[in-house]
Amino acid sequence: MGYQAKFKVWRGDAEGGDFVDYRVDVEEGEVVLDIMHRLQATQAGDMAVRWNCKAGKCGSCSAEVNGRPRLMCMTRMSTFGEDEEISVAPIRTFPVIRDLVTDVDFNYAKAREVPAFAPPEGVAPGEYRMAQADVERSQEFRKCIECFLCQNVCHVVRDHEENKEPFSGPRFLMRYAELDMHPLDVRNRKEDAQEDGGLGYCNITKCCTEVCPEHIKITDNALIPMKERVVDRKYDPLVWLGKKIFKRQELEQRGATGAQSLENPGPDNGSALDADRIGPVGTS
Amino acid sequence: MTDPGTTTAFEAAGEGATDVAAVTHHTYDVLVIGAGGAGLRAAIEARLRGKRVAIICKSLFGKAHTVMAEGGIAASMGNANPRDNWEVHFRDTMRGGKFLNNWRMAELHAKEAPQRVWELETYGALFDRTPDGKISQRNFGGHNFPRLAHVGDRTGLELIRTLQQKIVSLQQEDFARTGDYESDLAVFHEYTITELLKDGDRIAGAFGYRRPTGELVCFHSAAVVLATGGVGKSFKVTSNSWEYTGDGHALAMRAGAKLLNMEFVQFHPTGMVWPPSVKGILVTESVRGDGGVLKNSEGERFMFNYIPEVFREQYATSEDEGDRWYTDADNNRRPPELLPRDEVARAINNEVKEGRGSPAGGVYLDVSSRMPAAEITRRLPSMYHQFKELADVDITAGPMEVGPTCHYVMGGVEVDPDTAASAVPGLFAAGEVAGGMHGSNRLGGNSLSDLLVFGCRAGAGAAAYLDGLAEVPTVSDASVTSAREDVERPIHNSGGENAYTVHQELQQTMNDLVGIIRKADEMELALKKLHELRDRIPRVAVDGRRAYNPGWHLALDLRNMLMVSECIAMAALERQESRGGHTRDDYPTMDENWRQELLVCSLQDGPDGPTVQLEHQGQPAMREDLFDLFELDELKKYYTGDELGGHRSDAPPRQTRGTEGAGDEAERSSSTTETGGDPGGELTGGGA
Ligand SMILES: Cc1cc2nc3c(=O)[nH]c(=O)nc-3n(C[C@H](O)[C@H](O)[C@H](O)COP(=O)(O)OP(=O)(O)OC[C@H]3O[C@@H](n4cnc5c(N)ncnc54)[C@H](O)[C@@H]3O)c2cc1C
Ligand code: SF4
Ligand code: SF4
Ligand code: FES
Repeated sequence: MGYQAKFKVWRGDAEGGDFVDYRVDVEEGEVVLDIMHRLQATQAGDMAVRWNCKAGKCGSCSAEVNGRPRLMCMTRMSTFGEDEEISVAPIRTFPVIRDLVTDVDFNYAKAREVPAFAPPEGVAPGEYRMAQADVERSQEFRKCIECFLCQNVCHVVRDHEENKEPFSGPRFLMRYAELDMHPLDVRNRKEDAQEDGGLGYCNITKCCTEVCPEHIKITDNALIPMKERVVDRKYDPLVWLGKKIFKRQELEQRGATGAQSLENPGPDNGSALDADRIGPVGTS
Repeated sequence: MTDPGTTTAFEAAGEGATDVAAVTHHTYDVLVIGAGGAGLRAAIEARLRGKRVAIICKSLFGKAHTVMAEGGIAASMGNANPRDNWEVHFRDTMRGGKFLNNWRMAELHAKEAPQRVWELETYGALFDRTPDGKISQRNFGGHNFPRLAHVGDRTGLELIRTLQQKIVSLQQEDFARTGDYESDLAVFHEYTITELLKDGDRIAGAFGYRRPTGELVCFHSAAVVLATGGVGKSFKVTSNSWEYTGDGHALAMRAGAKLLNMEFVQFHPTGMVWPPSVKGILVTESVRGDGGVLKNSEGERFMFNYIPEVFREQYATSEDEGDRWYTDADNNRRPPELLPRDEVARAINNEVKEGRGSPAGGVYLDVSSRMPAAEITRRLPSMYHQFKELADVDITAGPMEVGPTCHYVMGGVEVDPDTAASAVPGLFAAGEVAGGMHGSNRLGGNSLSDLLVFGCRAGAGAAAYLDGLAEVPTVSDASVTSAREDVERPIHNSGGENAYTVHQELQQTMNDLVGIIRKADEMELALKKLHELRDRIPRVAVDGRRAYNPGWHLALDLRNMLMVSECIAMAALERQESRGGHTRDDYPTMDENWRQELLVCSLQDGPDGPTVQLEHQGQPAMREDLFDLFELDELKKYYTGDELGGHRSDAPPRQTRGTEGAGDEAERSSSTTETGGDPGGELTGGGA
């Protein structure tokens, strides 16, 4: 069953590095992440690798395996020939910290630039009503496990450091779309996506969609519809005239933030601790 | 992601000048250790209440264990069945924990879970909906009504992402005011805390290191909330990730807090067993809830041989009846595949032991013969995907191989239910790291709600503690020096033990000797091995540099895993009965005299340094109005005659009782057929 595989693993740090050859045992049913763990336990105790769930749910273990952006925990060894030399490198678009670990803080910075969900004013918790059909579009985007493989592969930033400033990348352009399609969000997200997110840089090559391990149709379902909405908004006079028809559109404006949480931070601003109000058995 | 803080060249006493790394100092009001559901909810609450908060986590932000939860979050919103309410949820939770739960925690949890779930919608969460647009709720084991809010089979992802995005939203509000996103709410991801620092009795801060660089950090903070999750990585076969090394449990003990109920570890009956590399990964309970059956190597549905006496009346005795239950729950009894988790796990264990297991040492779980392929892929998409991609098994065409896997620890830090405060002033704990809420066995879905309810209360508790604090405690140089020496020991050691080898031995010991079925002599042997490891762990040496060195990180986690393993083994040896997540081969039955005995672990100074001490502690008697929620006949199964003492024996049934009672069966949309006598819970449903 078991055999010895030939691996080339990129070892190094921000200063530089190179592929190092390893011969390592492979057992039946293993994935690339298992091999990295075996290397750690037997030959390279200090080799840096990120992982958590080992089941494709957390998006930690992104790397480039034979040049292809993958989750290491979902890349089975049986997809390679036994004599094939397998290379494992850190994802390229982000600066290396060490070995297979890269500095992905770019993504967290971009996440912070997307204005948060703007809740409707005057709708109390527990009073939210939405139809399943209406939440499904945004739900697809919320399957995202933030593996950042799409961010890594998108050519707008992969080879153009200078675009990292104006362009938030497919994952966060999708976040604009998600909020735009959220049935109760009251903010107008079109200009946000266009002007702050750099939606215009995307030329719908669909490379992001191809690598997404969650099989989210990033381009077709998020980016293209968002581009269309931006265009509609700019040129379609009906959007401006017909606004009164829909309540949400009436509210919708670019600066809307919904209810704010920190207007009066302090002991009285806390969430209700209901147990005290509900009281003992029989009093509710 | 965070500001650099102030760096002081810290001269460690007695160390060679060649390796004196700087220590970076940060000051916050509240330090939240852990960025899972509990930690994030605590941070939000403390920030809302006006505190400057730092969140610290070992992995990247958004990758905590909470992300893996599948099935759902339990809250009696009554959307699927209007007769659900907190009292029913409370009862279910107490039964699930076999009445060993801290009843006040169970009460707070049942009362506040709905509000905490609804709040998530105001943060932007998108749960699956009912036809009238409310949050949809699904059936789950041990829950008498459909109660679990869910998003397909990725509820944990939705929960953590929503809380993460709420944190961002608060940061945006701070940014609008101060021009700095992290001015009042900062996230330090890929930082590990190795020690809590105290000033006298009080918490004064925490010490740790930054994984990417290996730089040392000291946080100054008068309130610390522990939300570090569980301990599964002490066992070989587990559904838990590398983060689950019991850090919070150990940090709390070393700071002087107590751990309770450590003997109760939940083994989920169905983890993957093949291929070896995925052994332990969870196979959701929905597979059985939706009709999957368990078979041994002889093709027998063996669960029919394992229906315990107390459940005789509630479970089908023939395959035909069991099969009919899926479509007609009112007129048939449920199949024994849906017995409580502990029962199923034990049965699988026994089949394998007696030689009727599958080649990889599990049993077969089959849905392929139960429903058409298209239905399987529709109902169980992630399981289909998981087996296809990881095991090359098509679950629509053949059976899965499954076996028990270590899943959740019921035991944890003893806290005040209302404020989540531990015995150490300034130290709070919430989520899986806290103990008491779930008693001897947790119901599916009750963890995610626990995280929100007690995370919120911990944040509020910490804020209130600070408001009442007269004087800010200070971190002493001596405590920093000592924390630093511990962190650097594996780097300074040379030619010692290999961290990975020691870890494997620890896991094997716990798995084999303190696993799902326990015996006195095996646990004594385990303790002996653990004592040997206690001597070896300080000698672990690591190579390489400080920057992102997993060997070093593991070396530091080992002492925490060892400490919680000792607690588990000692408490398990002491408890001479079987209850929930603790099964003794030599004491196979539940003993009502043990119900109110809690086993509590603490660290005591001894001649060879601090050692784990175990004590018995009584459980406070349940408040009368809560006690009255149960029928005497049911209480008799758990309580001693003395405890009942004629209590309520002839009290009239209360009006509020019986919401899930026999009465109008036809109206019940729940799939459960019995009327509330479901001790042990965990019967059907998804992940959990
Ligand atoms: C596969 C699976 C499915 C599940 N499904 C369900 C379900 O459907 N419903 C349900 O209710 N429950 C479920 N559970 C259980 C539930 O997910 C966990 O109990 C819960 O998520 C724990 O949350 P937490 O906030 O306590 O900790 P976690 O989410 O585990 O977070 C712990 C945090 O603490 C940090 N940390 C730990 N140690 C340190 C340290 N030393 N320094 C700094 N940071 C540290 C970690 O980095 C992490 O951020 C499931 C569990 C598993 C494994
Ligand atoms: S479709 Fe757009 S976002 Fe996606 S990879 Fe291509 S250019 Fe980038
Ligand atoms: S959209 Fe897909 S590829 Fe991009 S981060 Fe999310 S899960 Fe990864
Ligand atoms: S380890 Fe979680 S996605 Fe690979």
